[in-house]
Amino acid sequence: MDDMMLLTFLATLAGAAWRLATPLIFASIGEIFSERAGVLNIGLEGTMLVGAFCGFATAFATDSVLLGLIAGIAGGMVFGLIFAFFTITIKADQIVVGAALNLLGLGLTAFLFRTYYVSTGKGIEIAQPINIPWLSDLPFIGEAFFRQNLIVYSTILVTILAALVLYRTSFGLTLRAVGEHPRAADVAGRNVAAYRYSAVLVGTGLAGLGGAFLTLGHSNQFVEGITSGRGFIALAVVVFARWSPIGAFFVSLLFGLFYALQLMLQAQASIVVPYQLLQALPYIMTIITLVVVRGKGAAPSKLGQPYDMR
Amino acid sequence: MEQVNQGRENVYPQAAQAFYRTLSQAAISAATPIAAVLVALAFGAALLWVNGFNGSDVVTVMIFGSFQDMRSVGEILLKATPLILIGAGLCVAFRCSIWNIGAEGQLYVGAIAATLVGTNLEGLSVWVHAPLVMLAGAVAGAAWAGIAGYLKVRFQASEIVTTIMLNYIAIILTSYLVTGPMKDASAAYPQSARLLREAWTPRIVSDMRLHIGILVAVVLAVALYIFLQKSSRGFALRVVGLNPHAARYAGMNVKRNVMIAICISGAMAGLAGAFEVAGVTHRLYQNISPGYGFEGIAVALLANNNPLAAIISGGLFATLRSGSEVLQITSQVPQVLVLVIQGIVILSVVAFAKLRDTLRIVA
Amino acid sequence: MSPKPFLRIENIRKRFGSVVASDGVSLEIDEGEIHALLGENGAGKSVLMSMICGMVRPDEGEIVYKGQSVRFNSPREAIRQRIGMVHQHFMLVPNLTVAENYILGQGSALRVINDMDKVHARIRELSERYALDVRPEARIEDLSVGEQQRVEILKALFHGIDLLILDEPTAVLTPQETDRLLALMGDLVKDGKTVVFISHKLDEVMRVSNRISVMRDGRLVKTVNVADTDARGLARMMVGRDVRMELPRGPAAPGRIVLSIENLACRSETGLPALRGVSLDVRSGEIVGIAGVSGNGQTELSLALCGLLPVDSGRVVLNGQDITGLDPARINARSVAHIPEDRHKHGIVLPLSLGENTILQRYNESPFATSGMLNRRPIREHTRDLIRRFRIKSRDVDQKISELSGGNQQKLVVARELARNPDFILVNQLTRGIDIGAMEFVMEEMLKQRDNGRAILLISTELEELFAICDRILVMFHGEILGELPPDRNRLDELGLLMAGQTANVVQPPLAG
Repeated sequence: MDDMMLLTFLATLAGAAWRLATPLIFASIGEIFSERAGVLNIGLEGTMLVGAFCGFATAFATDSVLLGLIAGIAGGMVFGLIFAFFTITIKADQIVVGAALNLLGLGLTAFLFRTYYVSTGKGIEIAQPINIPWLSDLPFIGEAFFRQNLIVYSTILVTILAALVLYRTSFGLTLRAVGEHPRAADVAGRNVAAYRYSAVLVGTGLAGLGGAFLTLGHSNQFVEGITSGRGFIALAVVVFARWSPIGAFFVSLLFGLFYALQLMLQAQASIVVPYQLLQALPYIMTIITLVVVRGKGAAPSKLGQPYDMR
Repeated sequence: MEQVNQGRENVYPQAAQAFYRTLSQAAISAATPIAAVLVALAFGAALLWVNGFNGSDVVTVMIFGSFQDMRSVGEILLKATPLILIGAGLCVAFRCSIWNIGAEGQLYVGAIAATLVGTNLEGLSVWVHAPLVMLAGAVAGAAWAGIAGYLKVRFQASEIVTTIMLNYIAIILTSYLVTGPMKDASAAYPQSARLLREAWTPRIVSDMRLHIGILVAVVLAVALYIFLQKSSRGFALRVVGLNPHAARYAGMNVKRNVMIAICISGAMAGLAGAFEVAGVTHRLYQNISPGYGFEGIAVALLANNNPLAAIISGGLFATLRSGSEVLQITSQVPQVLVLVIQGIVILSVVAFAKLRDTLRIVA
Repeated sequence: MSPKPFLRIENIRKRFGSVVASDGVSLEIDEGEIHALLGENGAGKSVLMSMICGMVRPDEGEIVYKGQSVRFNSPREAIRQRIGMVHQHFMLVPNLTVAENYILGQGSALRVINDMDKVHARIRELSERYALDVRPEARIEDLSVGEQQRVEILKALFHGIDLLILDEPTAVLTPQETDRLLALMGDLVKDGKTVVFISHKLDEVMRVSNRISVMRDGRLVKTVNVADTDARGLARMMVGRDVRMELPRGPAAPGRIVLSIENLACRSETGLPALRGVSLDVRSGEIVGIAGVSGNGQTELSLALCGLLPVDSGRVVLNGQDITGLDPARINARSVAHIPEDRHKHGIVLPLSLGENTILQRYNESPFATSGMLNRRPIREHTRDLIRRFRIKSRDVDQKISELSGGNQQKLVVARELARNPDFILVNQLTRGIDIGAMEFVMEEMLKQRDNGRAILLISTELEELFAICDRILVMFHGEILGELPPDRNRLDELGLLMAGQTANVVQPPLAG
């Protein structure tokens, strides 16, 4: 490869990385809300699937990407409501309920997809890239950063908004307290269960959005298990990002890079590595992440524990 | 309600009271899984009905549909084999508070190892080769699970995430092997060479696919029950699972016990993988498991982490799985319905377990 | 004084399951007084006050505050009525700053926080006024326990209070910090506030209170003026009979050195230096006490002795053999018994049966196990034997230990450890959270063990416990042994000074090792 080709390659890579990071950014920031409030939702994978399916089905029926996104968020939140009811109201084990929701999400979406859509074979219109005037004409950088679709751009907004809500509002302050010392928040007059419910709903809504991006902003089809582990990778992103939204944005970009590398290297005929090795890259990197970023120093101390009100 | 109980307590002598208490608690314990399954079936029926299928099929086809003749019962038992193995193994891990979600990957790795041993080593007798294949599967599954165990005890890496990642890696590895180095050169489809005859798991009846794996599964489930409840090592595992701090104070090696528990569950999953290859398909394929590893989690939870009960819950899930296949053929109901039912079973189990605890406090 | 009391509690009842926490309590508190609530652990003091501050709702009865009948559904409502409570377990969120903790729960949930400067200024002003030395931007997790308590008190003042309830505030303080706190109570009263002070320590209560209400078993025994009573009388009301402050015991007959610690240094689990060269000897037939405010290295000392904390330097020698750095199983096997500080976390496994709990360390030894399998009968017989000998109240060997009272759980731990025939017994907080009967029983048992020639090291924050059974008392401060004193109550002052890290006024005895 000469220099020009390399630059083009890198520009395409960066653009693809951001695109592929998008579902992770939404899901991991959502999970940060949930975990900051003390609720560990390993049902993220199933929730994202529901979001992906609801988004697809709605866009299929209405031809509207926007309605699809809203449906994706709503679908995620319905799952969130189930999760919250079991883990917060009846205080069941969060891991067990999360595992059940993963099965349920995979099963329900596959069941409905096979029942109604698989034979149609039709795709949907997906969100189109918006070229930002002038900037998108910049060499290389324009291609990478200014020719994305609106959902990809919105990750920046969501990240900043999440950081502001978490650190600059009374809601965020209480949320951080609820995961660390729920009794103190309770005594201060805040309803711990209500905060945990809202944290889970924000979390699953964003996870649903992340899932919906897969069908509405990336591929134009629903595929069974389309999330292929992104919900679990998002859990690792949260640990790596030390429960900070801005951190999650950049860690997700890193993982997006692994996905992008995998896709682009597969397309390079000159590369002799078996494509399965590249396919496994995000998963291997997730494990390495967990080993490198050791310990639970920054984890909310009541993560995973139900709160008993008297 | 309370008053009635109080009255009763005054009338009966103490021994009868204790008996009454044990009996009622046993009844409540047994009621939990039964009620959970009923709720899940009801949900499944509702799902079918809402989507224009025949709701009552859930009972008539999914449960009874697959009991047509000896052969179909044999097919159920064939499916029950990996579920019992994995479910019983996961009981051990869960009792030690290790969330091994990676049985699926451990199954694949077991299948790979079994294929390697089963396609090579020509000239061994069936008495040597078949057990060797099983052993290879178990060892490989234990080793794969051991990676997650090691990362947990050494680096505090959450085993939930690592075992899931290892699932993907194992499945991708299998795909690589059957399209690449282990591919049967003469076949168009990605698959390995056929296992040598001597490596096949012996069948119970020659004209049925059912192999002795089901017997091995039941024996091992009983053995794991005895191990957990009656052996000193099993005691240590339980203590570590219930209170790792106290275990450390008492001089138990927490890390070693965690490793043992996760490796046992991995070995059981690996063995299940070996049986799939050596007993059912006789070749390694990309999709050697339809999700037995995940279904095993539901098996263990429905069994309340008791390996003995995992025999029953494994059999039940196998029945549902067979029934869902029949249902797909007869009524075009997507077979993935079974995943929905598994999810609902888990949710109902936790809900009813909470309800049971509340009842016990009241009683 | 005033005809209408400031706060009147009338016939309050509260049950938790089968436990009656408040059994028809009536009590009056006057405006501007320091009113002490005295009682043993579990007498129902904290629950009663939790009902006044809205944490717990009473089943029956009435609370009349400033002449009006009130019923608080939450602590927030109580705070609005200017009632504040400092709990034993602080209600401070560790990962937030002082100021963030103060504004937690204030205003609408959707409020944007943009007035932090004003909040900081207000905290500084209040902190100066009461000399509390609280920095508003400090993160709670970086503060010492004493500082956190001041943060809690200031929090109440920040929210505005007329009535302040302090729940066992001195349990975590040095005698000098305690003095400072008692003085602060006086200042608050001067400012027109009313203080209720929950304690089980007679001397403190006598020093600052105007009136004292004594509670026992969920009932109010009596309210008395401090002037009309003395320590002995209060103690009698508290426990319902004359306390045997002195357990009968003969002189110690120390023999050979069983345990010798030489210049031991190690870091805590968070990596900070916790022991800075500790040396001491324990001989057979003596009980050596270690006094000190909690958090001065006692936990790490016991962890290191059990093999649960890596040792940086120094040695631990048991019966002439170096056991430094051995793992817990090997140390257990060398006849070391250990009664841990936190029973529920370290001593027992709550969901397991009594029988299973008695074999926690010996689950793999004959006769409890042969060739890897547990033997049910010997386990049951051994447990029954312990239950009988230690008079543990229980239904059955197979009963879950979680169903037993704290005292009976502790008896089982003590019984289990002593049954292993140890040469050396390490005890951390022998009587924490148990009733008087069990307390006396286990203390007497320790004396018996001493007389049988065992070497005992007793780490305790309860001075009374140390005075009652120790033969000599070492004081630990900041990871060091600061000095040694005889168990003489007349030298309490010296002990207190040592506990606060002041050695100047104390004659240093030659240290062992």
